[in-house]
Amino acid sequence: MLIQRYSLISLAWCFITLGSYGHTIVVDRSGKNKSIKRAIASAQPGDTIRIKPGNYREGNIVLEKSLVILGENYPVLDGDHKFEILTIHAHHVTIQGLAFINTGVASINDLAAIKVLDSKHLYIRNNRLENTFFGIHLSNSSQVWIENNELHSDVKTEHQIGNGIHLWKCNHITINSNKVRGHRDGIYFEFVTNTLITGNRSEGNMRYGLHFMFSHNNEYRDNHFVNNGAGVAVMYTAGVKMINNTFEHNWGSSSYGMLLKDIRDSYVKGNVFIQNSVGIFMEGSSRIEFTENTFSKNGYAVKLQASCDGNNFTRNNFSANTFDIATNGSLVLNKVNGNYWDKYEGYDLNRDHVGDVPYRPVSMYAMIVEETPTAVLLWRSFLVFLLDRAEKAIPAITPENLKDDSPSMKPYDFN
Amino acid sequence: MARIVKYVFLDILRTRFILLYTAFLLISTIALFQLDSDSSKVVMSLLNIVLMVVPLISIVFATIHFYNSYEFIELMLAQPVKRNVIFISEYAAVAVSLCVAFVVGVGIPMLVYGAGASGVTLLFCGIVLTLVFTSLAFLASVVTRDKAKAIGIALLFWFYFSLIYDGLLLWIVYTFSDYPLEKITLSLVALNPVDLARIIMLLQLDISALMGYTGAFYKDFLGSNLGAIASAGILLVWIAAPLAWAQRIFSKKDL
Amino acid sequence: MISIKQVHKTFGKLHALNDVSLELASGKSYALIGPNGSGKTTLMKSILGLVVPTSGQIYFDGKLIARDWQYRDKIGYMPQIGRYPENMTIGQLIDMIKNIRQQDTLDEELIDAFKLYKMFGKRMHALSGGTRQKVSAALAFLFDTPVLILDEPTAGLDPVSVEFLKEKIQHEKRRGKLLIITSHILSDLDELTTDVAYIYEGKLHYSNSIEALKTETGEKRLGKAIATMITQKQLIDSINA
Repeated sequence: MLIQRYSLISLAWCFITLGSYGHTIVVDRSGKNKSIKRAIASAQPGDTIRIKPGNYREGNIVLEKSLVILGENYPVLDGDHKFEILTIHAHHVTIQGLAFINTGVASINDLAAIKVLDSKHLYIRNNRLENTFFGIHLSNSSQVWIENNELHSDVKTEHQIGNGIHLWKCNHITINSNKVRGHRDGIYFEFVTNTLITGNRSEGNMRYGLHFMFSHNNEYRDNHFVNNGAGVAVMYTAGVKMINNTFEHNWGSSSYGMLLKDIRDSYVKGNVFIQNSVGIFMEGSSRIEFTENTFSKNGYAVKLQASCDGNNFTRNNFSANTFDIATNGSLVLNKVNGNYWDKYEGYDLNRDHVGDVPYRPVSMYAMIVEETPTAVLLWRSFLVFLLDRAEKAIPAITPENLKDDSPSMKPYDFN
Repeated sequence: MARIVKYVFLDILRTRFILLYTAFLLISTIALFQLDSDSSKVVMSLLNIVLMVVPLISIVFATIHFYNSYEFIELMLAQPVKRNVIFISEYAAVAVSLCVAFVVGVGIPMLVYGAGASGVTLLFCGIVLTLVFTSLAFLASVVTRDKAKAIGIALLFWFYFSLIYDGLLLWIVYTFSDYPLEKITLSLVALNPVDLARIIMLLQLDISALMGYTGAFYKDFLGSNLGAIASAGILLVWIAAPLAWAQRIFSKKDL
Repeated sequence: MISIKQVHKTFGKLHALNDVSLELASGKSYALIGPNGSGKTTLMKSILGLVVPTSGQIYFDGKLIARDWQYRDKIGYMPQIGRYPENMTIGQLIDMIKNIRQQDTLDEELIDAFKLYKMFGKRMHALSGGTRQKVSAALAFLFDTPVLILDEPTAGLDPVSVEFLKEKIQHEKRRGKLLIITSHILSDLDELTTDVAYIYEGKLHYSNSIEALKTETGEKRLGKAIATMITQKQLIDSINA
């Protein structure tokens, strides 16, 4: 209902602007209008400001009118390592084709290349952000499209860098096909709802590729989270949809493909977890459906803490992981059923492609390593091989009822 | 020396054991590739062969061969031939035959089916372990005149490096789990050639898990140039030291 | 040519050679005699370097043999019990030794005399003790070496072959070679040797020329002479003790 009303209003606005056409003001270092600030001051709502290539060092530019700002061949807006570059406090704004460099760094203010406050109906697209403290920073806004932006920062220490795309108290946002590298968190949400995140690539960020809290009913599709300091961490949220994302190469003692903490009633489907120290780490999470995911070459595919309940793992592929599943207790309130496990050694006498004996995905040595991490060095030794065999024959340490009763004999083909 | 190596070679070929060993490796490797299309899984299965079977076969075969060559050695010693030359020729011929058997048995299927970088590392580890355990076999052979005793010592070497040592290591790690043990465990691992070869393979196969637990410590060390040189150096010592020791004993041995 | 100086050899508690000093000169033929286990074979193996003395030195042509190996191309050795790679044939064995010693002038007289050519295809493990002994003899003489060490050369050979071998030894003796021979058949030694060394319990008790021994004891045959010498020695020992 709410969404419909907003779209109607924006559609109406489109007609109004189209009808009046507005004026175009050209800003050019070597032309008549040299200053973006003055162009904004002289513009009427609905006008377009076209910026020619060049270097513009105008400190903090505040935009409080509904304007379209278009860059030609990426004119550079330089913050001189002191200023927030563009502050938007207006509805119906388009920012397109600009390059933002060198914002200031501050510990109190979240200085950003593009900051949006209390605004609606914005397009921010095809911009390039280089060495900015925060990249695109939205608070208390809605109906914003953030598309095809490239954000990159080179700072080495975490306290000198903010988040790439940072949203606080927003709703109905679309974040599509952006690339974020070298920030603290690639994409950060707090109190963000009804938002669509698709096709983004968040890579090599210092902390998390994606980090959100209290952000219900968002959908994440086809994103790539690669080689981030601590992977992806999502917390205190219900109604998350994670579909066809890739979580890759997140290595470290507290690094996770995806960390789920207090996540409820969610859906994780078709994702690929590859080469992570831990594919999915989950605690205090309930009623999540995991299906058609691929876990490959992880240290652990899944670490399922005993505080989780009602989660279902079905039709997932587990292959070439060091350990498939680890848990820290003997109480198991989650279901694992009908997955493919490459370590399964059972047989299929009735040829229904389902193994006739259950598979126990928790290896005993995983439990030992859980307790004594250094013991991982003995993995794949003859001793450990014997221990694991003995445990399989007479389970003593591993949880008795965490097992897949109908393991698939062949990996599923999800393509 | 080349002439003596030639005769030891001919003798080894006559026993046909090496051919059987090659066939065994060839058949198992091909079978593993047939059963599993994923080459990294095949490498994992082959790792068990490399860590268990290769050392066992190497040490037992080399010990038995040494005793079966007693007559030959005796005969050679009455000829104008240096003792060292006889000893090193024996080692070279046995070690090369075992290595060739291993490379043919495991390497050729790998080449045919394709096994990538981890396959190459596995071949390297297999060759090194063959050389190390052949050295240990020669040491076991020269410390006693009794063939049965020597085979006993050889088996003990194998058992110690494959199982007992890891048991002790696990005990240490478990007992002192409250202390930062990375450096100590790393040096303890280096004291066992089987473990060292295994860790080199772990860096290929289970890097994600290693990175999780020990942080970057092992990878930083073993993955660096210094670490690579250090581990290669240690493995070289594991080949050379028992052999040099055995050779010293042999140079004073009465025949 | 070979000088042995204060050589001791112990195998655990057993004192196999006890302070043995002996000069062996070119052109002479030595009979090394003594009861079983007295240390004759150990002494021979020490000269060859097969056994490493516990202390003392052995010189060959004035050079210490301890670190040397080349002197062995001047020695032909016939062991008491010839042990050879069991699955080689006689032909392969002879070829191998020839190949390893790389010598141009070969003396194949014994190979012919023993008709070993006929058995070249036979494997060593299939040979009788006598044939094995023939192979050992053939190998020892093959390289026409200036020194010949023969440990019980005639044991196990048939009478015809014994005669061949004795003839050969005498022939080599006449050519001025240094021979060291052990045997329990003292009558053989009488014909083959010029000097005698008597070893008992690791100690060299007597060494002199056979002529001198015979004169000392007043006996005409070597066997008798040695028996008398031993009795005399025991007598002297008992008086001294």
